[in-house]
Amino acid sequence: MTNIIFSRKEFEKHIKLTPDIQDKITLFGTPLESVTNEEIEIEIFPNRPDLIPMHGYLRAFKSFLGKETGLKKYNVRKPEKDYKITVDKAVKEVRPYTACAIVKNLKLTNEQIKDIINLQEKLAITVGRNRKKIAIGIYPLDKIKLPISYTAREPKDIKYQPLGLQHELTAPEILAMHPAGRKYASLLENQKKYPVFIDANKQILSMPPIVNSEQTGKIDTSTKEVFIECSGYDKSSLEKTLVIISTALADIGGEIYEMEISDKEEYTTPNFATQKMKISLENTNKLLGISLTEAQLIKALQKMGHNYNKGTAEISSWRTDILHEVDLIEDVAIAYGYNNFTAEIPNISTAGEESKENIIKRKISEVLIGLGIIEISSYHLIKQEEAERYNLKEALELQDSKTEYKYLRPNLLVPLLRILAENKDAEYPQKLFEIGAVFSKSSGKETGIEEKDNLIIGITPANATECKQHIDYIFKSLNIEYKISEASHAGLIEGRTASIIVNNKIIGHFGEVHPITLKEAGIKMPLAIAEISLEEVYKTIN
Amino acid sequence: MEKLIESLSEIERTIIPYLHESVDEIIKKSGLDKTTVIRALTFLENKSLLKIESVNKKEIELGVNGVYYKKNHLPERQLIIAVEQHNNKTIQEIRQAIKLSDNEFKASLGALKNKALITLENGRIKLTAGKEEISKKFPEEILLEKLPIDITNLSDIDRLALENLKSRKEIIEVKERKEIKFALTETGRKIAGRKIESDLIEEVTPEIIKEFPKGKKFRRYDLHARTPSINGGKKHFVNQSIEQGKKIWLEMGFKEMTGNHTVTSFWNFDALFTAQDHPVREMQDTFFIKGVEGKLPKDVKIIEQVKQSHEKGVGGSKGWQYSWKENEAKKVLLRTHTTCLSAKTLASLKKEQMPAKFFSVNKVFRNETLDWKHGFEFNQSEGIVIDPNANFTHLIGYLKEFAKKMGYEKVRIQPSYFPYTEPSLEGSIWNEERKEWVEVLAAGIFRPEVTIPLLGTAMPVLAWGPGFDRLMTEAHKIKDLRELYKNDLNYLREHNILIK
Repeated sequence: MTNIIFSRKEFEKHIKLTPDIQDKITLFGTPLESVTNEEIEIEIFPNRPDLIPMHGYLRAFKSFLGKETGLKKYNVRKPEKDYKITVDKAVKEVRPYTACAIVKNLKLTNEQIKDIINLQEKLAITVGRNRKKIAIGIYPLDKIKLPISYTAREPKDIKYQPLGLQHELTAPEILAMHPAGRKYASLLENQKKYPVFIDANKQILSMPPIVNSEQTGKIDTSTKEVFIECSGYDKSSLEKTLVIISTALADIGGEIYEMEISDKEEYTTPNFATQKMKISLENTNKLLGISLTEAQLIKALQKMGHNYNKGTAEISSWRTDILHEVDLIEDVAIAYGYNNFTAEIPNISTAGEESKENIIKRKISEVLIGLGIIEISSYHLIKQEEAERYNLKEALELQDSKTEYKYLRPNLLVPLLRILAENKDAEYPQKLFEIGAVFSKSSGKETGIEEKDNLIIGITPANATECKQHIDYIFKSLNIEYKISEASHAGLIEGRTASIIVNNKIIGHFGEVHPITLKEAGIKMPLAIAEISLEEVYKTIN
Repeated sequence: MEKLIESLSEIERTIIPYLHESVDEIIKKSGLDKTTVIRALTFLENKSLLKIESVNKKEIELGVNGVYYKKNHLPERQLIIAVEQHNNKTIQEIRQAIKLSDNEFKASLGALKNKALITLENGRIKLTAGKEEISKKFPEEILLEKLPIDITNLSDIDRLALENLKSRKEIIEVKERKEIKFALTETGRKIAGRKIESDLIEEVTPEIIKEFPKGKKFRRYDLHARTPSINGGKKHFVNQSIEQGKKIWLEMGFKEMTGNHTVTSFWNFDALFTAQDHPVREMQDTFFIKGVEGKLPKDVKIIEQVKQSHEKGVGGSKGWQYSWKENEAKKVLLRTHTTCLSAKTLASLKKEQMPAKFFSVNKVFRNETLDWKHGFEFNQSEGIVIDPNANFTHLIGYLKEFAKKMGYEKVRIQPSYFPYTEPSLEGSIWNEERKEWVEVLAAGIFRPEVTIPLLGTAMPVLAWGPGFDRLMTEAHKIKDLRELYKNDLNYLREHNILIK
């Protein structure tokens, strides 16, 4: 998602923002975030980058409102002399593709220049995945000499004055010192050669995806003609991005000129070829639950900027979101008006059913609540300091967690100790329980991790007798036979600890917690706990 | 009055004859201990017969050294006597003449100098006062004789002496205690001093049950008396809300789906048509787990189909047109949505089981910071309907029905976008309090790129999920998300149970 802000004045030169229009903006599929006297803010979903430039938005929105519907055509002129870019073999391993265009006859205001730079940035961040997939450069044509070469050179052989700085720097220096260099250096990691655009005078125009040169990289109000390049590794995304930028410039008066790309094949960009996709009236009506005639279907498609001919829709070259017939069907639904659909519930008779494990968990909770124990609900993650404090060497670690919670909990005791320490000033006695998942490594599982449900009961001031009574009561209530046997367990007092055994398997333990462990945890009162795994209980109750 | 007298307990009746006297007198004359007397007074206060005042008193008492000095002279008295006998001798000589510790000697030298009774010249102690003055008692000695004494009874000179003694080792102690006093009310005055006989029954015993003594009455209880509050067991309020959420699904005929919190990228992203270079798959947003190796599902056909759907497209789709990598799909993570449960359910569904409806209410995880608005662990709820005849109007129908059961009649829908549904929509409910629409219901029909690999055919699957935690924080009036899992016992004990 990205939010865009349009000047209200500029927008209203085309459409007045009446309350009805404001509703329609949201019903068009672009939620209206806010409206002030100066600006309107709209949310654009990731599948519609063509709506990011204001004229691109107006082009689609006006059509939706019924004005100027159908496929728009742009006049694209053939390449003139030297409107050519050669793609060298060397760059194919680094950043293989480029799509370029020239736009002439521009009369740019400062506002428009700001908008163009904004558009570049937004596209590079969203569709371009932060310049990884697509990077864009726009240059004043009078500062460069065509034709252009797109190639790759060893870093030490690249030297030019990057935008914003006073001196020429080599590529490694740019990556180290220029703000864009530092930000995007990781995109060139491990590359032996870096991509460069070079003009016919052997000037370096830019080193994508990092930064343009100072001499050729700035457009201003005197610029009348521009050279646009997009580079990246996904040919079709590049071409669509180029189309979006070219049409944005054409919408403010520019004339689009093709350029020849001399790659493994010869072709020209921008590529305004429309996409064709079949759409069936029957499928549309069936999926949406409405009954349109073919004429109504055509009108709907045209409102969304498409053409239609005998079962096939023709889709404009700047649309990136039409992958399947269902994408066209959603467009039809939007044109029909989401607020115009009825609400139906079909007569499918099915019976509700809770999962078996959850029923058992619920029953156990009810038994414990009946004994006066309060349920707690803790995070599934535990803190780094807790993993260290209790020496949990086998605990599963998360990658780059943004908080101090960095491990998956291997038991419910660690969270319980934390909660008791935080509540040491609340009234005693404190009787708590929790049922939840715990995690351990297990190479046999699809994820390499085994998850089990555990139950823990904690009673403070300590009362191992009471703990045992509760366990006994639970098993009696669930009609499960169990045994206990003396045991040792980390953190519990020797001679006051026992294992709990069901079906000849040890499923847990109970006992008094050792004062050393209590002190480490920050707890001031004696504590008795019982923790058992519920997996055997699930098996037995079946 | 009659009722009042009938409600008097035994200990109250015992002290009533002495109510015109002080608490100490009552203790003496009634023969009850202090705690019992105070309890009886409290009961009488509850009956509005008197008002208890608790006065904080400060008393000065003799400390360990104070007791000794009272008997055996303060060190400065010993010193002045010695100096009188050996005037103008060196400090050393005086020191040897008397039995004082170093501390005491130092302290008494200082005390005498402050009183201008001696001077120190060239290492010699010289008397500077006459015999009469020396023989006068020091204010400190006078004070010691007065102790123990209430601080309010000290004269100004006493206070100065107190300050002097306070800084020295264990000569005096300041003790704080509460003194109980009480004042009779008008009703109390009517009863005080009376001797009250009682032949009221105190307890029901087996004998009394066997044969109830005719004509006898029971001693009345003070039913308004404050009782200590009790704490009982309770379900955690988040789980209470989850129960309620589940009820709605169960009532609408949905079966519960459950599954592990940890999954492979295959189920969380790939099977849901989320491209492998989509930003949400980066560690900034997702918790990947270190040190474990994930495996692709055993069903190779599904893997093949998912790969196809991404690379070239299935069922007439263009696909994402990139090279799909198995290693990326094997990564293990904490699920970021419950839709992976839906994906697994679809994969294991058999033809005979359709049409079918499933739901889940479960924890999902995002790699976020923890503050009042964000958390890394929260609940999501999701329902799916698998039915060859399902369509968009049914999706809207289920959505509105669901919202109605949550208590919201006014629902508005608008277009939205999710990578695995098309068409998609967002449902908003009208918040009457704040007079605004709140987006809470994400919904859509699963894309064929999702259903073809998992179900084998492009069957419509309706899906929707309420923003569970958001609705819950509104219902419980919680402003800070961290409170949900803080487990503050006072809060858990006092929090209301939702009745819905």
